[in-house]
Amino acid sequence: MPTETPIDYRAHARGLLRDTPGVRDAVTRATSHLDGNRELAYAEIDERALRDWAAGLRRHALANLDRYLLQAEERLTANGVEVHWADDASEALAVLATLVQRYAVRRVVKGKSMLTEEIGANAALEGMGVEVFETDLGEYIIQLAHEHPSHIIAPAIHRSVEDIAAQFESQLGTPSDADPEALAAAARARLREAFLSAEMGITGANFVAADSGTVALVENEGNIRLSTSAPRVHVAFVGIEKVVPRLADLGGLLPLISRAATGQRLGNYVSLISGPRRADEADGPEAVHVVFVDNGRSALLGDPEQGEALACIRCGACLNTCPVFRQTGGHPYQWAYSGPIGAVLAPALLGLERAWMLPQASTLCGACEDVCPVRIPLPRMLVTWRQRAAAAGLGFAGEALAVKSWRWVASHPGLFHRSVRAMSGPLGHAFGGVPVLREWTRFRVLPQADDAGEDTP
Amino acid sequence: MRVALFPSCLAEGFYPRAVEDAHWLLVAAGAEVTVPEGATCCGQPAYSTGHHADARAMLERTLDALVGADYVVLPSGSCAAMLRCFAPALAADTAVAVAAQMVGERSYELAQFLDEIAGWRPAAHGLAGRLIAVHHGCHALRELHAAESAERLLRAAGAELLPWIAQRECCGFGGAFAVKLPEVSAAMADRKLDTLPEAEWLVSADPGCLMQLSGRAGARGIDLPVRHLAGVLREAARAD
Ligand code: SF4
Repeated sequence: MPTETPIDYRAHARGLLRDTPGVRDAVTRATSHLDGNRELAYAEIDERALRDWAAGLRRHALANLDRYLLQAEERLTANGVEVHWADDASEALAVLATLVQRYAVRRVVKGKSMLTEEIGANAALEGMGVEVFETDLGEYIIQLAHEHPSHIIAPAIHRSVEDIAAQFESQLGTPSDADPEALAAAARARLREAFLSAEMGITGANFVAADSGTVALVENEGNIRLSTSAPRVHVAFVGIEKVVPRLADLGGLLPLISRAATGQRLGNYVSLISGPRRADEADGPEAVHVVFVDNGRSALLGDPEQGEALACIRCGACLNTCPVFRQTGGHPYQWAYSGPIGAVLAPALLGLERAWMLPQASTLCGACEDVCPVRIPLPRMLVTWRQRAAAAGLGFAGEALAVKSWRWVASHPGLFHRSVRAMSGPLGHAFGGVPVLREWTRFRVLPQADDAGEDTP
Repeated sequence: MRVALFPSCLAEGFYPRAVEDAHWLLVAAGAEVTVPEGATCCGQPAYSTGHHADARAMLERTLDALVGADYVVLPSGSCAAMLRCFAPALAADTAVAVAAQMVGERSYELAQFLDEIAGWRPAAHGLAGRLIAVHHGCHALRELHAAESAERLLRAAGAELLPWIAQRECCGFGGAFAVKLPEVSAAMADRKLDTLPEAEWLVSADPGCLMQLSGRAGARGIDLPVRHLAGVLREAARAD
C-alpha cells in the first residue's frame, strides 16, 4: 500500500463513484447498520460516564507513555515474552526477518492487524519466501482478491455478498449462490490446514496492560485465538500508544470498543496473552514476541494540537458514521487507516506534503466526534491540519486566491452586499468565468433567489 | 431587546425572502431589529479551509458591526455556529478576543432564538396537516443543539414531521467542500434525496443545505419543494 506520491483522495473517489457504484451501496448499507448498532449499544449503558472515563484513561496513559511502556516491557519480559522496539517500518520488518530466520518460518497465519498493514508486513514476508494467510474472513477475502482493507475493523466492507460469492466460486469452488455462512465455512476449511502447518502466528494488539504484561485482543471469529495458540511462535506488532496502565482497565475498554465498533456488548473472543506456554501446559506457543512500533508516533505525541489522536482505540465508529466515508469506503484514502481518524493520523505519520488532501475530505459535520468513544475532537484537528497545509502552501489550486478575493470584497460592505445579491441573479447564472460557480454547477443547479420576480410580502 | 439580524451571504444572495421572513418573525417576537451594513462575512469559509489570518480579518469587521446588539440572530445555523462556537477560539489572543466572546455568547440560529430566548410560538394550527421533512444543518444539530427548537416550533403549529432515515446525515455541502470534492458532495446529497420521504416541503434553517439539496435535485430532474424555515414559521404565525 505505501505510495510516496501525494495521496489524491479526490481522484480516487471520483473514479470509484464513477466506475464501481456498488462500493458506495455496500459501504453505505454496512456502515449505517454498524452505526445503528452502536447507537443502540450506547443507549444500554451510562454512555457518557463510560466514555468520559475511557477518554481520561487514554489521555493519562499517553501523558505517561514512557513510564507505562517501560513497565510493560519489564512485566512482559518477566513473563517470558521477548520484547523488541522498532522506530519505523523498516526496523519492524527487520525484527520480523530475524524471527523468520530464527524459527525457520515458511508459513505464517495472521489475525487482522492494521499495524502490519501500516508497515507492509505481508509484502515483506512474501519477499522472504514466506507464505502468508490472513485468517480474519474479511481480510482473507481481500487477500485472495489482491486488495487492501477498506475499513479498520471490517476490511471487506466495500464488497457485497454476491460479489464475494462470485469470487469464491472461481477461487474456492463454492456454489455461485452461496450464503455468507457457506462462504465462511469454505474459507475456514481452507484455513484449517494453514493453522496446523504454520510456524508463526502474527497479530496486532488492542491493548497491552502495563501492570501485568498482558497483550489483549478482542475479535469475533476465533481466528486470532488460533493464530496466537496453534503455531510455535506468536508475534504481536503493537503501536506504542496501545499501552494502558492496568489489566483491570480492560474491563471498561474492551466492552466499550465492542459497543462502539459493532454494537456488541463484547466481542465473541477475548484473548489475554501473558507469555508462552509453561512447562506444565499442553497448549500454546513456545515463544511469544512483542514488537513495539513507533513509526512516527512519538513525534505525534509531542504535537500539542494533534497528539490526542493517539488516544484512538481503533473501533472504527468514526468511519461508520462518516457521511464521506460512506460514499467511498476506505480505498481512496490510500492508506491503512481511513475515515476521519485516518485523515487525522495520515499527515502526522506520512507527512503533510503527502497527505494534505485527506483532512480536506470532510464537511466538518461533527458526526465523528459525536460517536468517538474516547472523545477525540476530530473536526477541530482536521481544521488544524488544513491550517497547517494552507500555511505550507499546500491545498487545492485557486483556494488561497479565492479566500483572498473574498476577504477583499468582505472589507467593502457596499460592494459585498451588492455582490452576494447578484449571485442568484442573471449574472450569477451566467457565471461568466467564476470558477467557484462553475464547479458548483457541474453537479447542481444554481437556485434563483427565492423572491425572484415577485414583490416581497 | 435589540437584535442584530445577520443575514449571512448565502441567505442574502439566494434566500432574500427568508431574510425578510426572519426580520418579520423577530419583530413579531418583540425585538427591535437592525441589519448592520458592516456585518459582511463571519469568516467561516476562510476558517474552515484553514486560512485563519484571513478569517480573523473578516471576523473582526463583522464583530465590530455586531458588538452593540443584545442578540445576534442568523437565518443560518452554520454561520451562527461560526460566531458562537468557533470564533472565540479563533480570535483568542487578538484585539477582538473580548468582542468575539461577547458576540459569541449572544449569537443564535433563528429558531433557537425564537424558541428559547424570545419564547415565541406560532399559531396552533398554522401548519395543521402539513407533511414536512426537516433537514438540520450539521452545525445547528451538533454544535448549537438547535434541532429541537426548530422541530418544537413546527410541531407547535401542527405540522407533521416525517421520519427520514438519513435525516441527521450531512447533505454534503460543507462550504468549500462542495466545490473541492464535488463528486463526493453530490453523492452525499443523493443519499439524502434517495431516502427522502414524500413530503410537501423539505425545510431547513441553513441556506447552504437548501442550495445543495435543491441544486442536486434540480440536476437530477427531481421536483423538490424546498423552503427555508423562516418562511414556514412566518406562514405558521399568520394562519390564525
Ligand atoms: S477516532 Fe475514535 S471513533 Fe474513530 S476509530 Fe478512533 S476511537 Fe474509534
